[in-house]
Amino acid sequence: MAKYELLQGNQACALGALKAGVEFCAGYPITPASEVMEILAEKLPETGGRFIQMEDEIAGMGAIIGASVMGKKVLTPTSGPGFDLKQENLAFAAMAEIPCVVVNVQRSGPSTGGATISAQGDLMQAKYGTSGDSPRIVLYPNSVKEIYGTTITAFNLAEKYMTPVILLMDETIGHMRENVCLDEFDNVEIINRKFPDVAPENYHPYEPDETGIVKLAPFANGKGYRYVINGMHHTIDGMPSLTPENIYKTISRINDKVERYKEDIWQWEEQQTEDADIIIFAAGCVSRSASEAVKQLRAAGHKVGLFRPISIWPFPDEPLAKAIKNAKMVLVAEMNRGQLIHKVKEIATDNLKVVPLNIYDGTVIMPEHIIQSIKEAAK
Amino acid sequence: MSYLDYIKEKQFPLFTCAGCTHGTVTNTFLRVADELKLDKENTVIVCAIGCAGRIPTFLDFNVLRVTHGRALAFATGVKLSRPDVKVIVFMGDGDAVAIGGNHFIHAARRNIDITAIISHNEIYGMTGGQYAPTTLQGFKATTAPYGMIEPAFDVCELAKGAGSTYVARSDVYHINHLHKVMKNALTHKGFSTLEVITSCPTQFGRRNKMADPIKLVERIRDITVTQTAAEKMSVEELKDKIVIGEFVKTERPELTEIYEEKLGKLRKN
Amino acid sequence: MSTAYKVQINRKWCKNCGICLAFCPKNVFSFDEKKKLQIVNEIQCSGCLMCEKRCPDMCMKIIREEE
Repeated sequence: MAKYELLQGNQACALGALKAGVEFCAGYPITPASEVMEILAEKLPETGGRFIQMEDEIAGMGAIIGASVMGKKVLTPTSGPGFDLKQENLAFAAMAEIPCVVVNVQRSGPSTGGATISAQGDLMQAKYGTSGDSPRIVLYPNSVKEIYGTTITAFNLAEKYMTPVILLMDETIGHMRENVCLDEFDNVEIINRKFPDVAPENYHPYEPDETGIVKLAPFANGKGYRYVINGMHHTIDGMPSLTPENIYKTISRINDKVERYKEDIWQWEEQQTEDADIIIFAAGCVSRSASEAVKQLRAAGHKVGLFRPISIWPFPDEPLAKAIKNAKMVLVAEMNRGQLIHKVKEIATDNLKVVPLNIYDGTVIMPEHIIQSIKEAAK
Repeated sequence: MSYLDYIKEKQFPLFTCAGCTHGTVTNTFLRVADELKLDKENTVIVCAIGCAGRIPTFLDFNVLRVTHGRALAFATGVKLSRPDVKVIVFMGDGDAVAIGGNHFIHAARRNIDITAIISHNEIYGMTGGQYAPTTLQGFKATTAPYGMIEPAFDVCELAKGAGSTYVARSDVYHINHLHKVMKNALTHKGFSTLEVITSCPTQFGRRNKMADPIKLVERIRDITVTQTAAEKMSVEELKDKIVIGEFVKTERPELTEIYEEKLGKLRKN
Repeated sequence: MSTAYKVQINRKWCKNCGICLAFCPKNVFSFDEKKKLQIVNEIQCSGCLMCEKRCPDMCMKIIREEE
C-alpha cells in the first residue's frame, strides 16, 4: 500500500537531496529557507555526510564548492539577501565547472524585504545575477511532491553537466504542507559524476571529449589526476591564461553545454493548451492558481490553457512557442513587476497579445485575480 | 627528491616582478614540503587572488584557486569532506585579513586542521598598489597618496584572539627561522597561522623610496626583532618594530576530529 | 681534503633582483654594468645556502664538491 506523508516543502527538498545522495551541506541561517539546512544537519551524520553552518552565505557557497571539488554531492540553501551573496561563488562554480545545488526559497525583496513574505522576484537574478556570461540551470517546482523530485533532478543535472543548478522555490510552497506519497521515487534515476577515462599523463581536465562536458577527477583521488581548478580564464590544464583563444574557449564551453543539451534539461507542464485561445503563463505557486483558473474558465466555456515552465533556465522557448502558436492572448502572471514576461514577449509573434498580471504586495496571486485579468484583457 | 620536484618546471619562470619575495615564501615552502615528504596526491592547496594567490598554481599539487578572500571558506569544505587530506592555504594580507577576514577568524575559531600561510607585503600589488589593512602608518599607496592614516592590523594578535592553535610570524630575511616555523606550522594539528613579512618592490617599494628589492629586504632585516630580543626592549623601542617568533603553540580539539567523535556514532551501516 | 662549492644560476628564471648578492657573506656575486648578476668569487663560497634559500625565483643552486 502506498505510504503517504505530510511534508513541508522545505522538508521535501532536504529529503529529496538525501535521496539524490547529498553528502555535504553548508549554509547560513535565513528565513524562509532554514529548515532545509536544519533537516540536513540532523540527517547527514546518519548517512556519513557532513554539515557545517558557516560564518556567512559566501562561505556556505565556498564550502560546498570545496567539498564538490573533493567529489561530493553538495547543496546550500538560501533566500533573498543570502542569494545575493551566493552569486560571487556561483559564478566560480559555473566558471570552474563544479557541480552544486543552490536552493533559493524566494522571499519578498529587495534587501531585507519580508522574510516570510512570498514573492517571485529572483527569476532573472537566478540566471543573470553574476558578472560575465555564465550558464545556469534553474528549476522551479510548484508543489511539495514536485520539490522532492525536482531536487533529485537538480543533483542529477549538476553532476551530468558539471555546472551549478538552482532550485527556486516560493516561500508559499517551501512552508506549505502537503500529503505526498514518495513511493514512486523508489526507482528514480540517480546520476553520479563521471571519472576521467584517459590515463593521468594524457589528462587535460578542461579539454572535454565530443560530449563537450568536462570530466573533473575529484581532488586527492589517489590515481594521479592532479591539476588546477581556477576561477580565472584557464588553459585545458586549469592554468591561468588570458589569451583570446583560451578566453573564448572557456566562455563558450561553459555556456554551450547548457544550450546544447537544453532539450534534456527542459521541463514544463501544459494544461489544455491544444485548442486554447488564451494561455496563462505561470510558474511556481502562481501556476496552482492558474490551474484552478483554467478549470473555472473552461467550465464557463472559455478556451483557456496553462503553460508552466518547470525549468525556467534554460528557458523552454521552443515548447512555449509551440504551445502559444494558435493562441490569441497570453497572460503572464507573476508575483513581481514583470520578469519572465520579457522572455514570453521575445517568443510571441506580432499578432499575439501578451498581457501582464503583476502582484507584488506580498499576497499570492489567486485564481480570481487571473480570471479578472483575463476578462478585462478580453474586453 | 629535490624541492624543485614540487613545482611545474614548464610553467617557470614565475610571473612575479624581480625581487618579489612572495617567491621566497614559495621557495621555503618547497624545501619544507621536500623535507616533510608531503604527499602531492593527498595534499590540496587552496589559494585565491592577488600575487600571493596566483603563485600556488605553479606548484605540482591539487590546487584550488578561488575568489578573493574566500580560500579558507573553500578549504573548510575540502577538509571537512575529506579529513584525511592535508590542506594548505596561501593568502596575501588582503585575502586573509581584509576581504577574507571573517573566514579567517572563523577558521581559527573552529580549529580546523588547515595551515594558513599569509604573505604580508603591506600592499595590493596585483591591482596596482592600493593600501592594505597591514600598511603601516605613513607609508604611501595609490589610495593613500598622503601616507596611510589608518592603524594596521596585527595579523598574529587577530589569529591568537580568534583561537588559532599555532601562531607564528617570520620574514623573508630570516630564512632559517622562516623554514623552522613553516615546518612547525605545517606539522601542527589544528588551525595554524603563519604570517610572513614579504616585500613588493614594484608597488610598495617604488612609492616609498625603496624601489630596489634589496632595500626592502634590508628594511625587513632592520625592523624585525626576535621574541627574545623584544622581551628586553621598551615599548618605545618596539614602536616601529615587528616581532618574529612563535606566539601560540597549543592544543585544542580539532574540528574534523570532534565531528567524528560526536557525530560519527550516528552513522548507520 | 677541502670542500669547495660550485654556484649555478638558472639564467632562464633569474630576474637579477640582487637579493643573493646583497646578503652573501662572502661577496660571491656582483652586478655587471648592465645590472646582470655575475659570479665573481665562487672560490669564496662557504656553502651557507643563504642565496639559494632566499632566491624568490628558485634559480640558485650551490653544489658541494669534495676535492
